[in-house]
Amino acid sequence: MLNVFRSKPKYATVKQHERVEKKDFPDNLWTRCDCCGKMIYNKELEKDGFLCVHCGHHFRLCASQRLAKLVEGHDFQPFPPLIAADPLTFPGYPERIKLAQEQTGLDDAIIIGKACVRDSPCVLGIIDFSFIGGSMGSVVGEQLVRGFEYALEHRLPVVIFSGGGGGARMHEGIFSLMQMAKTAQAVGRHSRAGLLYISVLTHPTMGGIYASFASLGDIILAEPGALIGFAGPRIVEETTRQKLPPGFQTAEFALAHGMIDDIVPRNQMVDYVGRLLKWHR
Amino acid sequence: MIQAFEWEKPILELEAKITELRQFVDSAEMDFSKEINTLERRVEKLRKEIYEKLTPFQRVMMARHPKRPTTLDYIDLLFDDFVEFHGDRFYRDDGAIVGGIALFEGQPVTVIGPQKGRDTKENIARNFGLPHPEGYRKALRLMKQAEKFGRPIITLIDVVGAYPGIAAEERGQGLVIAECIEEMSFLRTPILAIITGEGGSGGALALGVGDRILMLEHAWYSVISPEMCANILWRDSSRAAEAAELLRLTPTDLLKFGIIDDVITEPLGGAHRDHALTGQQMRAFMRRYLAIINKTPLDQLVEQRLARFRKIGQFAEKQLAEM
Ligand SMILES: [Zn+2]
Repeated sequence: MLNVFRSKPKYATVKQHERVEKKDFPDNLWTRCDCCGKMIYNKELEKDGFLCVHCGHHFRLCASQRLAKLVEGHDFQPFPPLIAADPLTFPGYPERIKLAQEQTGLDDAIIIGKACVRDSPCVLGIIDFSFIGGSMGSVVGEQLVRGFEYALEHRLPVVIFSGGGGGARMHEGIFSLMQMAKTAQAVGRHSRAGLLYISVLTHPTMGGIYASFASLGDIILAEPGALIGFAGPRIVEETTRQKLPPGFQTAEFALAHGMIDDIVPRNQMVDYVGRLLKWHR
Repeated sequence: MIQAFEWEKPILELEAKITELRQFVDSAEMDFSKEINTLERRVEKLRKEIYEKLTPFQRVMMARHPKRPTTLDYIDLLFDDFVEFHGDRFYRDDGAIVGGIALFEGQPVTVIGPQKGRDTKENIARNFGLPHPEGYRKALRLMKQAEKFGRPIITLIDVVGAYPGIAAEERGQGLVIAECIEEMSFLRTPILAIITGEGGSGGALALGVGDRILMLEHAWYSVISPEMCANILWRDSSRAAEAAELLRLTPTDLLKFGIIDDVITEPLGGAHRDHALTGQQMRAFMRRYLAIINKTPLDQLVEQRLARFRKIGQFAEKQLAEM
């Protein structure tokens, strides 16, 4: 939805992240890596959490695939589903929602609930890019706030994967903008009660999502190569009329500039997050 | 002469005619008072017709009028003894945001706002009113200072957005906006936020978490500028006027949505036509709302501030939606 997604191929240093779903290669045994072009045996690809075994390229994951990798067969209790309204009566928005629901099987761009990651209970939320760019409207905002409120009440840590965060959802106008304040405040209350919030930035975390709850983690992690920033690269290029430096707004760029704590490859994510949760119990 | 909009031309033509007639009367010592009266009534009627039916995009253009008062103009109009404080104590002083202490009707307050330039030279120095992270860090520093000394905070918001630049990204534009929003939400001091011109996205919200949020009549506040919205929808930013209709960014809409608390009427034809009168009208609103939040106990104030944002959002529980 936001500009950043359109301009993606222009920035060659950012590894291309093509969405991979099982249906893309149901019968094929091999997949070609978008990044290095080498062939990967599908079983191997899936086992590793959709990582290229040759170059480490991270394919895009949908929320349910990511969830499976994190809870490892343990219980996940999602919060009651919410459905988007159309507060501005924005042309085409209800249809867009309906289509996204049909295509993804999700109610909106987030899966969130009570989970166990490596035996540590927590509230786990995952944003899904395939639902209108993973943008935050009233539903994503409210679900996040309910997540933090539940965690506050039960003194649980929160882990949010805000990848696919295309920023605020334009179709809900000012209501989307206000979700930035609402989520930041929910993080603030949880944080002020001395509780842990781990924010994991996956590709891409931009705009209103980056400029609210995603930036407010006690610990901020990112997947390799993820695009992370406030303004989309195309906007930056158009405004400044400057050539963007190599690797601009990648996870590596964010790490070098002191904006995140660490970069964690996907196949180490559950170990890494699991360990952090254990240390804060 | 004030730069006129296309839709104002009939008014200006008539006004010019009246002036001309007056000058003629003065020189020729003839009585045209009846004619002048008629013309004045006509121009009054025309003004009402035109200004009361402004489209959302005409309002956006009013908000961007080059002669519209800027933050420093409002500070001159509304406050006494302003002392400007500089810098984020970390990197540099960002001229795109100004802030400091001033007296509002005798009470020391912290006043902060994005500052657009009033001419080309100043615009370059102030980066066209587009703040970098250090601008928001300065704002946050001054807000915390206000909290420490129990001063109310007044933010005057007029910003298209935070600057989308390479250095801004390197220094954490997204992060600092998040920090501003979060910290402002919990500050134990009264906050009055006034959107005076443009309220563009996160860059405006970063200064907009108030106990009371007011808006001038020809200001706009939205998640995205009409141009960017048009660019995304139709890949054509020249269709901004259509996008402005869709975004519901006028004070009237935002009041109805419960996003803002009140709308400050501007002089007919916009704030740029009469800075002093604009200031007078703002002053009355500020006095009224400051009095309320000044006497609210701090615990209650912060709780109410959080509760106000907590309830914003429109959605349905799934079971209800499917029935
Ligand atoms: Zn590869």
